[in-house]
Amino acid sequence: MNIPLNPKLFDKDVEQRPIREGYGEGLLAAGDADPRVVALCADLVNSTKTGAFAKKYPDRFVEMGIGEQSMASVASGLAAMGKIPFFTSYAMFSPGRNWEQIRTTICYNDRNCKIIGSHAGISVGPDGGTHQAVEDMAITRVIPRMTVIAPCDAIEAKKATIEAAKHVGPVYIRLAREKTPVITTEETPFAIGKSQILFSPKEGVEIKAGIIACGSVVYNALLAAHELEAEGIGVKVLNLATVKPLDKDGILAFVNETRTLVTVEEHQVAGGMGSAVAEFLASVQPAPIEFLGVQDMFGQSGEPNELVEHFGMGVSSIKNAVGRASGRIKRI
Amino acid sequence: MLHLHDDKYKELEEIANNVRISIIESLIEAGSGHTAGPLDMTDIFVLLYFHVMKHDPKNPDWKERDRLILSCGHICPVLYATMAHAGYFPVPELKTLRKFGSRLQGHPHREWLPGLETSSGPLGSGLSQAVGMALADRMDNDRHSGKFFYCIMSDGELDCGQNWEAIMLAGREKIHNLIAIIDRNNIQIDGFTEDIMPLAPLRKKFEAFNWDVIEADGHSMPDMNDAIGQAQAVFSAPSVIIAHTIPAKGFEWAERHFEWHGDPPGKGPEDVYKKDKQGAAALDALRSLGGRIVGEHE
Repeated sequence: MNIPLNPKLFDKDVEQRPIREGYGEGLLAAGDADPRVVALCADLVNSTKTGAFAKKYPDRFVEMGIGEQSMASVASGLAAMGKIPFFTSYAMFSPGRNWEQIRTTICYNDRNCKIIGSHAGISVGPDGGTHQAVEDMAITRVIPRMTVIAPCDAIEAKKATIEAAKHVGPVYIRLAREKTPVITTEETPFAIGKSQILFSPKEGVEIKAGIIACGSVVYNALLAAHELEAEGIGVKVLNLATVKPLDKDGILAFVNETRTLVTVEEHQVAGGMGSAVAEFLASVQPAPIEFLGVQDMFGQSGEPNELVEHFGMGVSSIKNAVGRASGRIKRI
Repeated sequence: MLHLHDDKYKELEEIANNVRISIIESLIEAGSGHTAGPLDMTDIFVLLYFHVMKHDPKNPDWKERDRLILSCGHICPVLYATMAHAGYFPVPELKTLRKFGSRLQGHPHREWLPGLETSSGPLGSGLSQAVGMALADRMDNDRHSGKFFYCIMSDGELDCGQNWEAIMLAGREKIHNLIAIIDRNNIQIDGFTEDIMPLAPLRKKFEAFNWDVIEADGHSMPDMNDAIGQAQAVFSAPSVIIAHTIPAKGFEWAERHFEWHGDPPGKGPEDVYKKDKQGAAALDALRSLGGRIVGEHE
């Protein structure tokens, strides 16, 4: 199966857009399609890309001020009356600061709310460690009923937002701040809970490992696979945009072919996407896994790419991890 | 304004006493749970469920119902007992409180028991939910909604910062059909509210956030009835009724003791009755109506 991808994917001048921009477009589209969609924001209308919706539907938008805890529960109240609230802030503050309100007043209460955490990951850059949410997937995926999505580009973020509006139940979508390459196209299919193989080596190149990635670092995984293919090392890349619920069939089929894995995420390796994959595989079909992500540290200021390299999610780090992962096949 | 005739008032007083007895019986059976708050909010709950609110126990999901959002979920024994007496579920079920598999969870869970608007327990988040509900109602009905949103809060939970986020928002939005009722019993688990984290001047605090403030005697049905009527008439601001109550109202020997906040009869302080006598003493006090209207039930 060939999944349509950006034809200029590996070109130097590949188009770059912020993932959060896709959310803004998706919110507007979801709002056009369903009058129950409403939006809330905690004093970050422009940077979370909620502005277009707020401008078009001022009566369906609530400015919360810097009150993330109340925002989660106000959203719960709106949902209790049949609305579909999307509420946005930086991921550090929502679902960071308001975790208990999300857990109790949204998930325990079974309210149909959509939590949008922008500026997730270390690629937030110069703002530094206070603003780099690298724990958000861990704290959301552990809550019963929650769906967790980490889109890989702006187009996927738009689709994820539209699908989240249709999905009944709490959804968390994490968004990156910086411009990142556009990987998918409008025609690329998207469904909550479905993973996609975005890269397979040319016929005749032996598959040595598989990379499972989510969010903005999917692009680095693709670049690594592309370069390794040229070096005669076959690697497949799975985009695991939905971190919960896991696409168990997709992961199992993938690992059956690749035998060994590298996981890449802009998140703490503890509790994140790689952990979710490992929890599943350990109970059904253990496979060697090299976990790339933040290794139990806080972030710091720097340019996004610099930080991605520093924390070991850059192309060379991924290539090295593929070497380590494939080396472990013989030993099991 | 809401009218409360003498006959109705007497009927409500009797119901309140029966609800208090049910609360104590359910707490004794459960062996854990809160005593002071449920007893001191009984008169208000009975007034709301038997006189003020638009609701239908046989059709708990009726869309046009008023909403009662219990923020301080720990006083749920009074909510459960009032709902049972109002016909939401059989009164004997109250004895399943806090037991495995019971619909009457230790803190309310809306999916387990029809008629609950929210699941609550962790303090400080009910008002935000009530504000959200009222905002949604206004999006749909402009300001012509026939519904009221009653948020029942404890005074102690005003320590939580989230409340003040919600209070600011409701003030800005002038949500006229939101009526918060604060159980001003002056106690919380660790002591008296004014020692733990002073709330006074509470009236001025709410006024500063552009709320309409009414103070009332939480044990006087006519006074509370008037207060709710006044709050309903306010069209330019959310209203808060500071209901002055006596913790553990109904059995004198426990009234006003913050030590009775979180324990049931049988596990409370032994300054008057030993633990094994507390349950019987509480029920005796209620069955004789604590001496309040002696004669009518003798």
